[in-house]
Amino acid sequence: MKRAFNYAPNPRLGLVLAIVPFAVALIVYFIGSEMRLAENPGDKLMPAFSSFYDAMVNLAFTENRRTGEYIFWTDTLISLQRLLTGLGISLLICLLVGLPMGFLPYLKRTFEAFVAVVSLIPPLAVLPILFIIFGLGETSKIVLIVFGVAPFLTRDVAIAVAQIPREQIIKAQTLGASTMQILIQVILPQVMPRLFDSLRLSLGAAWLFLIAAEAIASEGGLGYRIFLVRRFLSMDVILPYVAWITFLAFAMDMLLAWMSRTVCRWRHLELKPS
Amino acid sequence: MDVPHGLPVAALGAETVMTQISVRSLCKEYDDKCILENVNVELPDHEFCMVLGPSGAGKSTFLRILLSMEEPTRGKVLIDGEPIDAEPQPDRGVVFQRYSVFPHMTALQNVMIGPQLRDGNWFTRLGGAKKKELRERALALLGEVGLGDAGDKFPSQLSGGMQQRLAIAQALIMEPKVLLLDEPFGALDISTKRSMHQLILDLWERNKMTIVMVTHDIQEAFTLGTRILMVDKKRDDPHAPEAFGSTITSDLRLDPSRRPPLAVVDDEAQDSDDAGSMREIFARWTRDAADAIVSTGGADNEPSDKRQAG
Repeated sequence: MKRAFNYAPNPRLGLVLAIVPFAVALIVYFIGSEMRLAENPGDKLMPAFSSFYDAMVNLAFTENRRTGEYIFWTDTLISLQRLLTGLGISLLICLLVGLPMGFLPYLKRTFEAFVAVVSLIPPLAVLPILFIIFGLGETSKIVLIVFGVAPFLTRDVAIAVAQIPREQIIKAQTLGASTMQILIQVILPQVMPRLFDSLRLSLGAAWLFLIAAEAIASEGGLGYRIFLVRRFLSMDVILPYVAWITFLAFAMDMLLAWMSRTVCRWRHLELKPS
Repeated sequence: MDVPHGLPVAALGAETVMTQISVRSLCKEYDDKCILENVNVELPDHEFCMVLGPSGAGKSTFLRILLSMEEPTRGKVLIDGEPIDAEPQPDRGVVFQRYSVFPHMTALQNVMIGPQLRDGNWFTRLGGAKKKELRERALALLGEVGLGDAGDKFPSQLSGGMQQRLAIAQALIMEPKVLLLDEPFGALDISTKRSMHQLILDLWERNKMTIVMVTHDIQEAFTLGTRILMVDKKRDDPHAPEAFGSTITSDLRLDPSRRPPLAVVDDEAQDSDDAGSMREIFARWTRDAADAIVSTGGADNEPSDKRQAG
């Protein structure tokens, strides 16, 4: 009998094992739903899979009679626009602020404590302020995401810059590099793998802030729809929307992981045991 | 001498440039702690200077000052009569024990990056004929250090010895007046070390540059150097061990034609960090190599400012 941690599944068994919890969750839901519907055909809490199908056909593939839109796709587009704009601006800020801040001692001394304090302000607590300043339109939602993600990314990039061995910076100077050249050609590429990881970690937060903002004041978006149909107990819409949001987050995570492997191939060679 | 990869030194300047390094009354203190005091050295052109010393004696501090990584508290360093720049500059190349090469660039890119940084803009990519010429120089240099087949490998795919070969090539393409080596072979195994010794001697002889190399391997010092500087404390005050800094306690000139063979004999006995045993081994090597020693010095480094202990 070997120790428990010395047993490992082969890849095929591993795949099967990974699928099992998903299958169990679906089966449990199916049984629960059947039981509740058998007792009360009008039950709204655990709709049958056929109800999901009907609701989604209605939202995704039927033109809305009033607006002429496909609600599901419009919601998705609006939400993704907000999310990606917010993440894009955060990325820009962390590169324009975090990179120099980690590298130049004067900037570090000036902004390090400030960024650290800002990153500790709970973003949802300032959401009312954002609504007051920026109104209820797109801006306040994007600013909320930036407020929640950018300080974290900025600090993280600054820390990653500080972790680059001093020897690298000295070496670059003996090769005649200027400050900007070292920032762009020595530091930025070495910070990229960490930046991809941090971006992946902040995806969850970004979605949280997006849906919170959409729930409170919005005229569209995935979060808005969920909170709108909540009034009618429309679990047949809410659950597929939640699944769809989860899938989008998962896909973005995988995309970032793939980009990291492609852009920072050198780093992933390092991580592989040789 | 046997040249393992006999490509012409196309990359390196053919014109003879004389390089003379003068270190005058150099002192380095951190707060109350004195590291180096009153260090005086004159290194003529084409010296292969080995800096020896026990751990913590300040030999690496000495090298970092030569590199302008640190500023001396007092005294100055001159190259050809001119004070060295306050920042690291291309006139002084460097190879560290680790982290010398850029992990995100292939071996070829690592060698090409120097001239690209020096001659390029923020994003540096030289174009056209210039780039092609640089690429050929870099490839020749890679061949010369024995990495001819490894051009498109990343540093993490290279062994420790190969990474140091790459670091040397990366520094040499800038044609520095002085090459500074900070225990460059300290992390390598014996046989790799030996082939690196051969390589660095070949490059030094062909390129007529000045090398200053820090090591704690006494045998390495005696087999490679034309000059050996022992950096150690002259006086020890047991009540205030930090009151006195190190200086050059021994300064040997060796005749390169009579240098001991490159074979690494008994590694354990030669390689010592401990101050007491280091002094002992150094004395033994000095006796054994008496034939090769042209002159000895070190007396002129008597501390000038007599400080009170404590």
